[in-house]
Parts: sequence; structure tokens; C-alpha cells
Amino acid sequence: MTAREGGDRTLGEAAGISGRSAPAATLMPALTVTVSLLGLGLLWSLAANAWPSPAFPGPGQVWQVLLREAASGDLFYHLGATLGRVAAAYLVAMIAGSVIGILLGSYRRADRFFNPWVILFLNIPALVIIVLAYIWFGLNEAAAIGAVAVNKIPNVVVTMREGARALDPSYAEMAAVYRFGPLDRVRHILLPQLQPYLAAASRSGIALIWKIVLVVELLGRSNGVGFQIHLYFQLFDVAAILAYTLAFVAVMLVIELLLVQPVERHATRWRRRPA
Amino acid sequence: MQPVGAAAPLRVDIAEKTFRSAQGVSVTALKNLSFEVPNGEFACLLGPSGCGKTTTLRILLGLDRQFSGSFQLPEGGSNRIAAVFQEPTLLPWRTVEQNVRLALPKELRVKNLDALFDTLGLAGMRSLYPAELSLGLARRAALARAFATEPAVLFLDEPFVSLDGRTAGQLRRLLLDVWSARPTTALMVTHNLAEALALADRIIVLSPRPSHVLGVFDIGLPRQHRGPEATNDLLRSFHQKFPGVS
Repeated sequence: MTAREGGDRTLGEAAGISGRSAPAATLMPALTVTVSLLGLGLLWSLAANAWPSPAFPGPGQVWQVLLREAASGDLFYHLGATLGRVAAAYLVAMIAGSVIGILLGSYRRADRFFNPWVILFLNIPALVIIVLAYIWFGLNEAAAIGAVAVNKIPNVVVTMREGARALDPSYAEMAAVYRFGPLDRVRHILLPQLQPYLAAASRSGIALIWKIVLVVELLGRSNGVGFQIHLYFQLFDVAAILAYTLAFVAVMLVIELLLVQPVERHATRWRRRPA
Repeated sequence: MQPVGAAAPLRVDIAEKTFRSAQGVSVTALKNLSFEVPNGEFACLLGPSGCGKTTTLRILLGLDRQFSGSFQLPEGGSNRIAAVFQEPTLLPWRTVEQNVRLALPKELRVKNLDALFDTLGLAGMRSLYPAELSLGLARRAALARAFATEPAVLFLDEPFVSLDGRTAGQLRRLLLDVWSARPTTALMVTHNLAEALALADRIIVLSPRPSHVLGVFDIGLPRQHRGPEATNDLLRSFHQKFPGVS
């Protein structure tokens, strides 16, 4: 923390401006991350040189494949298909899971009845749900997205149920006295209180969902990163497998940095910053 | 401004209110509690702590419906009720001004609140979040929210508890300022006799549990004449009428 005049700082905080905007403070973490990743790449490159084999390509070869796939447009087509499925499954899982979780957290009797169902679905392996969905509903997009969502829903339910149990009744009573409409109650009373739980479910959700989407694509779709990995597995092309994997990890990282973190910062702007 | 609302008073007639604990023990909190607050009057509900004052208020606010008996809220005008709770109960994720405006009905959301914020000394704090306010300021914001709705009846549940004496006194003066600008039927719960004598037109004295009305103390004296000496006289006549109540 750099030294600043006291009055200036409180004003800045009141206006919602972070007091920690000194360039050195923001550059250091970014520099650390870059150096850390470069170190990993170097290690990888050394290891690939020590054991030269087509099954263990170095970073240079993977980069060449990445450029080739990007130039042909294949990379973006398959990334886009996977990203679309991740987004759809995420939306379905978050909405359905939140509604069920909030209901179970609010009504104890319903919770007692449905809790065994939640535990059952939590423990069904993802692969079983995917295979059954394809058998029952056919090899189509709806079955693929539905199977991924069903895998994720119990996790969201468990998190959101905790959130609903932690709701502060005094806010609901205030809203009742001042006759808030149903929409205002959801927007100003319910969602802000559930925000930390929504954020937790989202975070763990996106990571889990994209891994399951790859399996779904591998088993029953004709495009997407999972399909490509399956294809290159049969061709034994490890460089291409790594290229697609790293490309998608990079996409998820960009989403985290440019979407998830700013949204979270905006949602928690009212919290008192640690002094 | 004249008092708003038709002549209907606040009429309370609670036959019984019983709490049942998880172990099956039942506790009668209120029994045959009945009183009236005439239109446009400021009444205080005074009683020992734990006697059921807050319970009474929760019933009147419609937050507790498990009781026998009835009550009638003042009608006419806005027909709205407003409450200032023991805790300020501001939404921490909304600014002071948003907190006040959210309590307003849709058609009044854009109304000019400058005068109200000025009176309560909140003019410079409209864009702050509740976590950035002191407890005294948060309570002022809760008062602003209650008065902004221009309610037909106002309920206050020990709104100045856990404040230091000076801040509490200052807030009482502010409360009187906004209240006199638009005298609204008001019922305030308190266990502080001095506070009740400073603010109320009448004091409704409750017995210990199960609580009923011991009697009503009418303060004939206008508030601006309640100096230290007059307050001492009031205190003396209160103790004559209600020996043993402090």
C-alpha cells in the first residue's frame, strides 16, 4: 500500500474508487503469473527435448498445430461449438438448480422429502447420465446439453440450499411492511443475499461443466473440442490434442478475467473494503 | 400541512397471544390488550423489557398472524404503514437514497426527497452504502425511509436503543422535526420513560407478562414547553399515577 493523504483516501473510497491503484501493485501479480507460466513452458520444452517422441511434443510443435488449425478456421468452429454448449448447460443448470435449491432451503418438509433424491443424483457418475440421455433421447443437441445440466444441477442445489437457509428474515419483513412487489423482492432482497452462493456455484460450475461437455462431445456429437480430441486420439496426434485443450483453457481463462471477475467486483462493490 | 387520513383511529384489541416453544412449553405474552391511538397522535407503548411490546408491534405490522383478537389500522390517505425497526434494517447492497426510494410505491419513486434528507442531515450521504454510515446515521436513514412513504400510521420499535445519550437526544429532536411537518398517527415502543415523556402525546403503560394495559398517561403539555422543570413535574405525576413503573 502506498502512502497517501488521509482525506484523499476516504474520499476515494466513498466514491467507490479502489485506493490500491498504484501501477506497481497491479503489475506485480501479472508479472508473477507471466514468469510462472514461462517457467512451466521452459520445463515442458526441456523435458520434450530430453525424451524426443511423437507422443510428447514440445511447446513449439503444439504452437505450430494451433496456428494451422486457426488458419483453417477449424479451431474457432470447434471452440465455438463447445463454448455454446457450455453456456447453454451452464444457464440451464444455474436456473434449475437455483430454483430447486431455494425452494428446498425455504421449505423444510420438501427438503426432508427430496434430500435423498439430491444425494442420489449427486452420486450418479456423469458418464452414466450421458449414456442414458443419448439412449433415451437420441444423439441430439438437447440430450447433450440436458445431460451436462443434470450432472451439474445437484451441486447447484446443494449450494443454493445453504444460501436460502442463510437468508436474513429481517429483510423479508422490511419488504413486507413496505409492500415490495414480487420483482423487487427478488432483485433487491433475494438475489443480493444469495450472490456469494451464486458466485460459488458459478465458479465451480463452469469448471465442471466444460469438462463434462468434452465427454458428451466425445461420445455423441460431430463437432466441438471433445470431438476433435477423440479424432486426434484415433490418429495418435498428441500435439493437436494439446493444442485444442490449451486453446480452450485459454478461452475459459479469458472468460474468468473479463466476465466473471468484473461481474463479481460489481456485485460486491457495497462491501466495506478492508482498511 | 394538515393531518392526513380520515378520523379512524388506531384500534387494538388483542385477546391473547401465546408462544409455543420447541419443547411444547407455552408462554402467554399478551392477554386482553386493548387501546386506541387517536388520529394524528404520537403514542408510546411503555413497559418492562420482555413484556410483549415488540410482539404487539409485530402483530400490528402484519408479521405475526398467530393471535386471537383484532386490530384496525387508521384508514384514509395513503393506507400505507411504515416501520422503524430496532435495527436500521437497511439493505447493505443499496445506497442510502436507493434504500429510501425502494420503500416508495412505484408512482412516488421519483419524488423530490431533498427536504427530507436536509431535515435529517443526510443530504451529503445519499450515495453512501449503509456499511459506510455510523449507527446513528443509519438510524436517520431508517427514519427517512419511514417518513418518505407518507404513511397513514408509523410504528417505531425502540428506534434509539444502543445509541449514546447525546446521539439519541439529537435523533429524538430530528424525529419530532419530521413528524411535526406531517403529524402522522404513530406508535412507538420504548422502555425509556424519559424518552416517552419527551416525545409522546400519550403513554400507554403495559403490565409485565402476560401483558395488558395498566393505564394511559395523557401528556397535556405541548412538546415545546417540556423543559427540564416541566419534565420533572410530568415525571412526578406519572409516578403518582403508576407507582412502581419506572
